[in-house]
Amino acid sequence: MIKKENYTVSIYAENNIGLLNRISAIFLKRHISIDSINSSPSELDQVYRFVIVVCVSKKDIEKIITQIEKQIEVIAAFFHTDQETIFQESALYKVKSKSLFEERHIQNIIKNSHAKIVTVSPEFFVIEKTGFRRRNRKVI
Amino acid sequence: MKISGSEAIIKCLIEENVDLIYGYPGGAIMPFYDSLYNFQDQINHILVRHEQGATHAAQGYARSSGKIGVVVATSGPGATNLVTGIADAQIDSTPMVCITGQVSSNLLGTDAFQETDIIGITTPVTKWNYQITKASEIPEILSKAFFIARSGRPGPVLIDITKDAQFEMTDFKYKKHKKLKSYNPEPKISKSKIKDAAELINKAKKPFIIFGQGVILSNSEKEFIKLIEKTGIPSAWTILGLSAVSTDHYLNVGMVGMHGNYGPNVLTNKCDLLIAVGMRFDDRVTGNLNKYAKQAKIIHLEIDPAEINKNVKVDVAVLGNLKNTLPLLIQEVKTNKHGNWLKKFREYNSIEYNKVIKKDLFPTKDKITMGEVIHQINEVTNGNAIIVSDVGQHQMIACRYAKFNETKSNITSGGLGTMGFALPAAIGAKMGAPKREVIAIIGDGGFQMTIQELGTIFQTGVPVKIVVLNNDFLGMVRQWQQLFFDKRYSSTEMVNPDFVAIAKGYHIESEKISKRENLKQSIKKMIDSPKPFFMEVVVGKEDNVFPMIPTGESVSNMRLS
Ligand SMILES: Cc1ncc(C[n+]2csc(CCOP(=O)(O)OP(=O)(O)O)c2C)c(N)n1
Repeated sequence: MIKKENYTVSIYAENNIGLLNRISAIFLKRHISIDSINSSPSELDQVYRFVIVVCVSKKDIEKIITQIEKQIEVIAAFFHTDQETIFQESALYKVKSKSLFEERHIQNIIKNSHAKIVTVSPEFFVIEKTGFRRRNRKVI
Repeated sequence: MKISGSEAIIKCLIEENVDLIYGYPGGAIMPFYDSLYNFQDQINHILVRHEQGATHAAQGYARSSGKIGVVVATSGPGATNLVTGIADAQIDSTPMVCITGQVSSNLLGTDAFQETDIIGITTPVTKWNYQITKASEIPEILSKAFFIARSGRPGPVLIDITKDAQFEMTDFKYKKHKKLKSYNPEPKISKSKIKDAAELINKAKKPFIIFGQGVILSNSEKEFIKLIEKTGIPSAWTILGLSAVSTDHYLNVGMVGMHGNYGPNVLTNKCDLLIAVGMRFDDRVTGNLNKYAKQAKIIHLEIDPAEINKNVKVDVAVLGNLKNTLPLLIQEVKTNKHGNWLKKFREYNSIEYNKVIKKDLFPTKDKITMGEVIHQINEVTNGNAIIVSDVGQHQMIACRYAKFNETKSNITSGGLGTMGFALPAAIGAKMGAPKREVIAIIGDGGFQMTIQELGTIFQTGVPVKIVVLNNDFLGMVRQWQQLFFDKRYSSTEMVNPDFVAIAKGYHIESEKISKRENLKQSIKKMIDSPKPFFMEVVVGKEDNVFPMIPTGESVSNMRLS
């Protein structure tokens, strides 16, 4: 069996409507499913960043990266293993306002997990917790 | 002064020195065709009979001339009919620019009449594509398209232009692209890699070169020949590398791959150094990768970084355009001769000659063989013709036996194996090299895939010579059925029409040959004719192409029968 692991692929590119399609086609061609994908402006002007997470072998990811870099609008592409990346997520939880007053332990959870209250309305309130996914899950 | 978007397209073509385009009109591209009417003296538009024909003709043109092939089609079905040719150009690295009409921008995404997402459809098979919705984008984008199609590793580009953008008025200013920020067509050359490569070459006792189309695409045939003559290294071609070095060069030892020559295939697993020059280790070349050249060090000279270590792990990768890397390498390598090693190739060749080639070229049985047709063509043309082959047994036979003195003379669909390629590609090849003799070699199956292009030949009078090798079978598939599927001939037998009558219907002079004694005479007549000529040759129905490496087998296990 060829060992597969998670890789986070970061792609820096000029924007073009079709580029996302072009990049995902490279995975499609090799029958690889994309676990997550995210596109956003980067810290550089006019340069966009795509972050893609896939589970593949080292050999495959190396080949895929060169095939991505070959696309005209792509400036550079990199890949990193989970050990090499810091992955944090920001989780938002929507809770009925009533329960804040009726269920005491909710207040404790918020306090103990260092979560923040983002917004409050008569019907519901939203708490935010940023950190490692494992810890975020714990809040639930 | 403002001009219309459609006129701007034509002005761009003229700026790029395009004087010949292949196409087919329709609703969404009509503004372009209307503007073209005013420029007929500067741009010759070849009206094909099917858009697929336009792409293959453009490919043939590009491959015989070294220039970019240009194709125009309408939206919807016109655009989708281009897909096969675009995919073919992508995998065979042929520079091509396709311009398609698209529905007006306000209709995009509404399933308008003849709307199709051709950008989405062609994304995986183009080097680049782009949809233009404003006339002002036309000069910039087309200039980019031509630059991308021709630079680095060439390939097809598709530009989709909405109908309103073709009507819209715009200022026209053209600037040729020489570079693009995010695109690096030619990787920087590493001097140390050249040194590493030279060191391996100088040390090797049994070095072996495989050269591909990269040598032709980079115009480095002369440099390449200098390299092999200086180092004395036996060299074999891939199907697309064929004709880069004349077939009778003393260091040219034949073809690698599934139906290539015995020596170069078997000795791939006996050499101590394998040097790949502008080729990409296709599976039809390597056979079983786990048993491919494991004993050898490997050097790969290549322009496309994505090809390095893709199929075969290499020891030294020399990135860059061969035009620049080869001269550097020539400086570093020592003059050498590998007489005994070269003799090995000759020995294998004589085995192949006795077991296969003699029977193919000088048969004693009564039916004509494909091999002897190619051999007789060689005799008449002295190896000076361009041979355009289709896909199947006849293709393998043509590439095994055709003689070539000049480069850019072998035009065939390599990576995609597209039946129907040859007839339209021959039209383009002749237009790209009008002074040269162009002969299409086609099977009875493939001929009927693009047979309608006889109409293009008739209308333009382009003097291509067409040879259909008729075995009344989809021969190559039948051969596999015979060898690997217990001779169960499932849907491979063809009931064929009277081809000569069809050619006559297009007023193309034609002949049918079934007897050996008429063969040479008819080939002479065909070559002497200044006009298009069609020739059907009836060949053995169940002849097979050998040698052969069965799929999944090692190159060492090439079968001679
Ligand atoms: C468009 C397309 N469809 C199917 C195939 C599969 N195929 C490869 S060779 C071949 C048979 C070709 O027969 P013919 O043109 O008569 O040539 P022959 O092999 O008999 O010389 C077929 C069907 C193909 N290569 N291309």
